[in-house]
Amino acid sequence: MSRELLTGNGAAAWGARLARADYVPAFPITPQTEIIETLGQWIDAGDMPGRMVTLESEHSVLTAAGAAAATGVRVFTATSSQGLLYAMEMLYTVAGWRVPFVLVNVSRGLAAPVTLESDHNDIMAARDSGFLQIHCATCQEVLDGVLMAYRLAEDERVRLPAIVNLDGFYLSFTREPVDIPDPAAVDRFLPGFDPENLAFRASQPISQAVAVLGGSPYSYFRYETHLAALNALHTYADIAQDFAAEFGRSYEAVENYHADDADIVFVMLGSFATKARDAVDRLRASGERVGLLRPRVYRPFPADDMRRLLAGKRAAIVVDQNLSVGKGGVLHAELASVLYGIPKAPAALLSFVGGLGGRDISAEEFFEMVTVARQAIADGVTPPPRLLYTEDELRELRKLQAVAEVERRELGGKR
Amino acid sequence: MKESVLKRMKDLPSSHLLGAGTPMCAGCGGLEALHEIYDQVGAKSVFVNAAGCMTLLATYPFTPFRGSWLYTAMASAPAGAQGVRDALDILIDSGRLPPDEDLATVVLTGDGAAYGMGLSATSGAIERGLDFLYICYDNEGYANTGQQASAATPHGAQTSTTTLGYAGYKKDLFGIWAAHRPTYVATVIGAEPLDLARKVQKAMSLAGPRLILALAPCPTGWDFDPQYTADVGRLAVQTGIWPLKEYVGGEVVHTKAPKQRLPVEEYLRLQGRYAHLFEAGGQAGLIDEIQARVDAYWDGVER
Repeated sequence: MSRELLTGNGAAAWGARLARADYVPAFPITPQTEIIETLGQWIDAGDMPGRMVTLESEHSVLTAAGAAAATGVRVFTATSSQGLLYAMEMLYTVAGWRVPFVLVNVSRGLAAPVTLESDHNDIMAARDSGFLQIHCATCQEVLDGVLMAYRLAEDERVRLPAIVNLDGFYLSFTREPVDIPDPAAVDRFLPGFDPENLAFRASQPISQAVAVLGGSPYSYFRYETHLAALNALHTYADIAQDFAAEFGRSYEAVENYHADDADIVFVMLGSFATKARDAVDRLRASGERVGLLRPRVYRPFPADDMRRLLAGKRAAIVVDQNLSVGKGGVLHAELASVLYGIPKAPAALLSFVGGLGGRDISAEEFFEMVTVARQAIADGVTPPPRLLYTEDELRELRKLQAVAEVERRELGGKR
Repeated sequence: MKESVLKRMKDLPSSHLLGAGTPMCAGCGGLEALHEIYDQVGAKSVFVNAAGCMTLLATYPFTPFRGSWLYTAMASAPAGAQGVRDALDILIDSGRLPPDEDLATVVLTGDGAAYGMGLSATSGAIERGLDFLYICYDNEGYANTGQQASAATPHGAQTSTTTLGYAGYKKDLFGIWAAHRPTYVATVIGAEPLDLARKVQKAMSLAGPRLILALAPCPTGWDFDPQYTADVGRLAVQTGIWPLKEYVGGEVVHTKAPKQRLPVEEYLRLQGRYAHLFEAGGQAGLIDEIQARVDAYWDGVER
């Protein structure tokens, strides 16, 4: 084992290298590119066996990834944002092929307007595809998450592709100390890929991914994929135990930070949850009983864990770094669906949307969310969903609009 | 390169390797060509398919293929072939798969994918030097959805979206491929089985990107009786509308240039999609225009 300062992208590349990925179909996109550059340089230098091919689009990358996995090799790839959406047809398609491989997504907001900075609308768009999803909050978790994702994806109870998600910029370009595990230990935890029935070979002709006629076989195969994804919950628990035994780091499906004795709990995904952790520390120092729950495994959704961990809480504050336009925060809606009707469900389930397009969430905003939650508990009324956006920010935006307005008039444009 | 041993029709196999009883339409010129092609490709192959008529060949749990099959999507069959080819190479190079388990990697698509949606993936695969055979059955329209105009639809042809005749001009896919300088490009037609078999055999003896572009007379889409599929195919060649040719080593050779070209009218007249050209007060001038373009093409060849 060695300890190095690695970016989230570097940690993802190390995960692929330690997993002994055979094949890396790739396409560059900010903020993911460093991952495939790193792998390409290692392969060229002979530091990593394996083959990389740069295709002409993410749609082709996902097709090649699925086809190679269907032929029986261990595949790794990475993308981000627009690339993930460009590949979306193939995400659904290769999940239906039941081919295990790992895709790292470096989350970035979606156009329009186009941005390079982070939020979760890209990964949320993939939530119904059949890919498993592991969300990371630290660079260490990225490396470890890639290794665990291979075990999970390849497990005979699951056999589905998996996405390991990290936030663009906040993790992708941020250096943190990361333990790089000993390759022999990784080999013990993650043996070589057993393709089982996935193969194309001359002596055993096979048809994969064929058409079906009618809704009955379609329903059967699609629902079977759903059941396989649900199997990934208890499978993940086994794998996390093995991982802890081998490497001493423990990753439950839901990170529980001081939630047990809390009466108000933040629920968040990804690296912004580390900001919530800091806020929890400060609030606890002033006597507030608050905590944090962060689903690491987002698909399958850890419904039972969330029900158990939130039972008896007075309020849950869901901070969504995504926006389902015309609905609101996606995690809030999903959490409501698993909490509805259970005994001792939190009386108040608050929705905040924040951190869109890389916008920060400040400690003061976490404090304010708790104040709003206390009020909701006192009033017995849950306030409507709210966007985290300050008056100062709005004033700055008005300045930009004023500049645009002056220029528009100068150029004789219509408004 | 292996010399062709196919000298005459009786050198061709008397029965087909591809199974019968598929859901293709009666008289499908694409299936006719595929039968002949598959005899030469053989069962040591994986067919990577894009959305089109032939996607329905392998419908759970049946397939007419003796070898393997992978359906991908409309735009990315060449990328699927890339993944399969690379994975086979990785497995063989690392000793995880004996070399005699290797398979020919074959893409099978219609013109909708080959000329349009899949062209970017195709161009990428050629540029990367992918070792694969691309088979396109060109029925000159989105036939599986009812013959809407595609980038392969000829000028003037009626389709379900161009009821007055297609205003565009059929894209030159042979030329687009040749401009990439791949290993091999050939046009074929099922109605000329010997020419077809020789070309597929030659393509199979080579490595790298190779295209077999088969004009696929389509009774339902082109509106002719299924019994005339072979006739329509032969006329496409004899009128010079479908030049049989190959590109290899930077040279284009016409393999079956008609000595005396028949008037294009004889080909057009058989097909309902051109009926409006023959109506009184219709677009009769278009026949002359089509003839002039065919003549100009062959003038260029003969010069």
